[in-house]
Amino acid sequence: MFDAIIITIATAATPILIAAIGELVVERSGVLNLGVEGMMIMGAVTGFGVALTTGSPWLGFLAAAVVGALFSLLFGFLTLTLVTNQVATGLALTLLGLGVSGMIGEAFIGQPGVKMGNISIPLLSDLPFVGKLLFGQDPIFYLSILLTLAVAWFLFRTRAGLTLRSVGDNHASAHALGIDVIGIRYMAVTFGGACAGVAGGYLSLVYTPQWIENMTAGRGWIALALVVFASWRPWRVLAGAYLFGAVSIGQLHAQALGVGVPSQLLSALPYLATVVVLVLISRNRRLTMINTPASLGRAFVPDR
Amino acid sequence: MRLELVKRPQHSTLFSALSPFIALGLTLIAGAIMFSLLGKNPVDALYYYFIDPLRETWSLHELAVKAAPLILIAVGLSVCYSSNNWNIGAEGQFIAGAILGSSIPVLLPGFQSWIVLPLMLILGMAGGAAYGAIPAWLKVRFNTNEILTSLMLVYVAQLFNDWLVRGPWRNPQGFSFPGTVRFHEYAVLPEIWPAAGRANWGFVFALVAAFLLWFMMSRTLKGFEVKVLGQSPRAGRFAGFSSSRMVFFAFTLSGALAGLAGICEVSGAVGHLNEKLSIGYGFTAIIVAFLGRLNPLGVVAAGLVLALTYLGGEAAQISIGVSDKAVRAFQGMLLFFVLACDTLIHYRIRFVGARAGAGEAMRHV
Repeated sequence: MFDAIIITIATAATPILIAAIGELVVERSGVLNLGVEGMMIMGAVTGFGVALTTGSPWLGFLAAAVVGALFSLLFGFLTLTLVTNQVATGLALTLLGLGVSGMIGEAFIGQPGVKMGNISIPLLSDLPFVGKLLFGQDPIFYLSILLTLAVAWFLFRTRAGLTLRSVGDNHASAHALGIDVIGIRYMAVTFGGACAGVAGGYLSLVYTPQWIENMTAGRGWIALALVVFASWRPWRVLAGAYLFGAVSIGQLHAQALGVGVPSQLLSALPYLATVVVLVLISRNRRLTMINTPASLGRAFVPDR
Repeated sequence: MRLELVKRPQHSTLFSALSPFIALGLTLIAGAIMFSLLGKNPVDALYYYFIDPLRETWSLHELAVKAAPLILIAVGLSVCYSSNNWNIGAEGQFIAGAILGSSIPVLLPGFQSWIVLPLMLILGMAGGAAYGAIPAWLKVRFNTNEILTSLMLVYVAQLFNDWLVRGPWRNPQGFSFPGTVRFHEYAVLPEIWPAAGRANWGFVFALVAAFLLWFMMSRTLKGFEVKVLGQSPRAGRFAGFSSSRMVFFAFTLSGALAGLAGICEVSGAVGHLNEKLSIGYGFTAIIVAFLGRLNPLGVVAAGLVLALTYLGGEAAQISIGVSDKAVRAFQGMLLFFVLACDTLIHYRIRFVGARAGAGEAMRHV
């Protein structure tokens, strides 16, 4: 029982973790992409569709990543090349994604999906308590942990990571140093899109292997909140994602046990928790200001 | 070939006026391509989308029914966005207004008098304003990001409404369908001209609100304050304007109008509160606000266009079998094109050849 709960927490946390890590890189480069929800839902519908036709969840995930990246390039073209307002364009991406996915996904409604199975490392996965948790999960769970590790290392231990952060903190100086601000931002945005696509694919290939319209249910927005909560640090994103996973699984179990609180109010808990967490973290104005990438959300037009 | 932006010395008045139309044109082209890909005749599809709903009087009334909430919400949002406050939770404020406004006919069914309807409308506005004030208060007091909090509250409002109409407020005679009792005659928003169609007074409210806000934005100090604080908070502070008060003003104003739209929808178009209340007007209104270039009068025109896509979507589904899901894809595309075209107002776009090589090639041609 305990094992099962922990594992479901990981399944609830993984998609949000992947999406938030992607968005963290985007925001570290100084771009605010509010279209996470839209890219996720596009990943979810593509992943589901491709896995259904080919029978391979791996190809599903690959397609989800590609579509997420392509979709984010749309955002990139508008905000980076045409310097449109990032907030409005991100919203547009979300609305477009929800609309297009609903249209594509109409054929998939009610179809049984393809579920990516768990891998099981012999012997180790039979260990009590930690066995199933650490060694018997689905492959994308491991990918999410590796991704966090890789991003943390990249951002804070490599020269390229430093360059990316400098672009996010002061794009004018970075440009003066000869750094290709727009090019780096394009790469960051594409990476974020691919992550969001995979995160969406996780929902329709692992979490609930079927297609439901609007199945992301605000997870893209929660991922955005998580980045703020984590003050733009990868390991804190991981902690936040599991905290959120615990809340959403906890309320599901409470619903199943019938604790006398209406199920709808329990379902609202993850959203309320997000608000509470945002309040707690943003309260300290100075700390927030220090942590936020200084060029976040500001348009950049190179003067030659 | 590369694309380069050259800043205009002054923003272009020509493109300020033209950009929404260019965006509409591009959306039509993209839509035609989308319909061809779906295997439909694009000319037919666009005809059913944009012309067919305009041919009959009753259908024009339906247009007003759909446009009313969109315009009401979007004029509020246009002021809010002009002040650089990002309320994207209008859908939640719409629901909050609908719930609070409905409380009179649902909880006090015996209270039947002409004053019921005005009270409902006032409560609707109060509900929306109060719900909008939450993210505003969190932003001012705790420095939280209003985009995220206002959006989270949409989900909370949807779930709360769902609980109400399935639980404590459910009509006992409703054959276990979710939904409250039908409103009595004093609680129903009347139709403007019942002989001709269903359009109700909500549409009139929308036009009045648009006119009042246009007047506020273009002719009063408050409108100037909104614009100054929106474009340069620092300059606003020097002028003695308070950005905290502006946050509250922007959110309660847009919240109140969304709440009014909510109660008008429930008491006018639907007739009782049910679980299908939230169909995304609050999000579509964001597109309306931008298509109207954040100008309250522009919003009226934009609201009619977006309302037309809803009706057109239904018409196209019935006549040529295009899925009604296409509507939202269509609306999303429209917002993209609107934003892209707005670039033309501030920048000229220049295509640059790939340095000398391309220049050479050009000369040889």
